[in-house]
Amino acid sequence: MQSASTDIASRAIGIIDQLKGKEGPLLPILHELQDEFGYVPPETLPLIAQALNISRAEVHGVFTFYHDYRDHPAGRHVLKLCRAEACQSMGGDALADRARQLLGIDWHGTTADGAVTLEPVYCLGLCACAPAAMLDDEVIGRLDAEQLEEIAAEVRL
Amino acid sequence: MTVIFYVPRDSGALALGADKVARFLQAEIDTRNLDARIVRNGSRGMYWLEPMVEVDTPNGRIAYGPVKASDVAALLDNGMAEGGVHPLWLGLTDHHPFLAKQTRLTFARCGITDPVSLEDYRAHDGLKGLENALKLTPAEIVAQVTESGLRGRGGAGFPTGIKWKTVLETTGSQKYIVCNADEGDSGTFADRMIMEGDPFVLIEGMTIAGIAVGATKGYIYTRSEYPHAIAVMNEALQIAREGGVLGPSVLGSAYAFDIEVRVGAGAYVCGEETALLESLEGRRGIVRAKPPLPAHKGLFGKPTVINNVISLASVPVILDKGAPFYKDFGMGRSRGTIPLQIAGNVKYGGLFEAAFGLTLGEIVDDIGGGTATGRPVKAVQVGGPLGAYFPRELFDTPFDYEAFAAKDGLIGHAGLVVFDDSVDMLKQARFAMEFCAIESCGKCTPCRIGSTRGVEVVDRLSANIEPDKQIEVLTDLCNTMKFGSLCALGGFTPYPVMSALTHFPEDFRPAPIAVAAE
Ligand SMILES: Cc1cc2nc3c(=O)[nH]c(=O)nc-3n(C[C@H](O)[C@H](O)[C@H](O)COP(=O)(O)O)c2cc1C
Ligand code: SF4
Ligand code: FES
Ligand code: FES
Repeated sequence: MQSASTDIASRAIGIIDQLKGKEGPLLPILHELQDEFGYVPPETLPLIAQALNISRAEVHGVFTFYHDYRDHPAGRHVLKLCRAEACQSMGGDALADRARQLLGIDWHGTTADGAVTLEPVYCLGLCACAPAAMLDDEVIGRLDAEQLEEIAAEVRL
Repeated sequence: MTVIFYVPRDSGALALGADKVARFLQAEIDTRNLDARIVRNGSRGMYWLEPMVEVDTPNGRIAYGPVKASDVAALLDNGMAEGGVHPLWLGLTDHHPFLAKQTRLTFARCGITDPVSLEDYRAHDGLKGLENALKLTPAEIVAQVTESGLRGRGGAGFPTGIKWKTVLETTGSQKYIVCNADEGDSGTFADRMIMEGDPFVLIEGMTIAGIAVGATKGYIYTRSEYPHAIAVMNEALQIAREGGVLGPSVLGSAYAFDIEVRVGAGAYVCGEETALLESLEGRRGIVRAKPPLPAHKGLFGKPTVINNVISLASVPVILDKGAPFYKDFGMGRSRGTIPLQIAGNVKYGGLFEAAFGLTLGEIVDDIGGGTATGRPVKAVQVGGPLGAYFPRELFDTPFDYEAFAAKDGLIGHAGLVVFDDSVDMLKQARFAMEFCAIESCGKCTPCRIGSTRGVEVVDRLSANIEPDKQIEVLTDLCNTMKFGSLCALGGFTPYPVMSALTHFPEDFRPAPIAVAAE
């Protein structure tokens, strides 16, 4: 039987090989790895460095620069709440406080049951139907406290 | 005859339940055995009416909205298929005052056509600009764009034609067209609407740019926060390739051009053009010093045009109808139309494309209808997180690059965020500093450290610790950031901060009682 880490490595190498011929392949590779595993397994960074012929430090630097990439798995769901101005103007701050309270976590935190990770986001382009949120890939506009409570209950099912 | 219903696939409509409406509508069509089909169009940009369902009738399209899934059966019972009246009935879409008052050039098709139908695109004047461009020399195309007066819609307002001319005149084994679709400004969604609602117009604009400057490869760099836009764009690119618009022979010509979508990873600063190029090359999104200009040494060191989505999407209509037609709209040095994005606490929020020159008051009060909460408007932030907060006293400012600059503001990407009188401007100033601290690329000290210090100073101000001194320090910090930052993130964060302080000083002062108590 293959160990988990060799499995990750072989899947990662498959992805890297497929994308490394692109111009500027690093972000597409990191995105694809995160899509595949739900995070970018740290052991894949040296594999990327080797394949692209750049230093590990450089890969690490890029990986840490961007807010999107995670070095460990998120919860089963990811709830992103918009914290930018248009959403603030429609009571977004109070909703954000309510969300943290309902879920018992702070920004970037994951509930103990692994159900949901809460992320701040700065504008979803839904500013004319603020406050806005995104639950996994589902966009939500005119979020209110009631809907937030439903989401909080739903994600824990 | 088959009835055509329209249910938008725009993210804003989806966020308000459009998918469910479409599902319910399809189910009713099936059970009632109606000869009807659903087109998933873009949005017309009237978000208070989304999901807005339309139906084609012999007299034109009739709209209903905002429609909930639970309304669908009743709408059909009331004859929606023939445009029948119902409490959600809005009449002829084109006669709706919000649309009738607009001048839609860039957004001419958005919300009308099926975004992924090349036939629809052609039937609505699509590809005419490109066809005309193919009859011109590259220098003539560039001259048309220069002549039109088009300026960059991404924020800086640099003349697009001049940028193209530089790239045309620079030699390079490979040149690139990069579309800046990173749209990170709060209050903006025009780029997203074009990508989701009329992606071919962006493809056409980029292709014209490629022919004009001698580039064969284009990249659209967009944000991970825009999954729907990415999906529609990719679908449209594939259709454009199959339709011979893109590929080794653009519309049968000797020109080759192709486009690829690239996705950012949650960094606001990557909207800055040089940070964007770094990111595309696979590095951290750190701003590059200029010179060299991207036009000389851009992506992978090659001559590169980098333009905003709206700048590029405005090119087809210019090449179709001619530079004088476009230039005829607008005021002063702001020519043509601008897609205003009216957002935040506003009654009629959405996209309103108009010639430059409407006043801020007309936009917010007349078009936007005041606040959604019904309370008085206190402030409007124009131009995203780096834009100034405008008080009602400045509502006579016309929407024009220079007029806004003269009032210590900027129009940026033309987003307007309305706030009612419950807003605390000290808190907004704090947020501006906090946002700069979170998003700083870290290259310059004033931006990286100054913004963090700015947050601390505002916090001391809130705690009423030596308020006069804090205001002095805050002003100094803003000056240092303004003059000591390499890019507009550090350099323009002082706009929201100082405008809040200048126009709303009462929010920066403790109540007199509190002072007396000390
Ligand atoms: C921090 C920062 C963020 C920016 N974000 C964007 C953006 O999201 N989209 C955009 O088109 N321009 C953005 N810009 C402006 C670009 O640097 C550049 O001026 C623009 O892409 C040029 O295209 P245009 O001439 O068509 O406007 C940003 C600038 C700064 C300093
Ligand atoms: S001003 Fe800020 S974001 Fe811009 S280059 Fe300097 S540190 Fe980077
Ligand atoms: S500010 Fe929240 S969606 Fe744009
Ligand atoms: S660092 Fe920004 S002002 Fe000193």
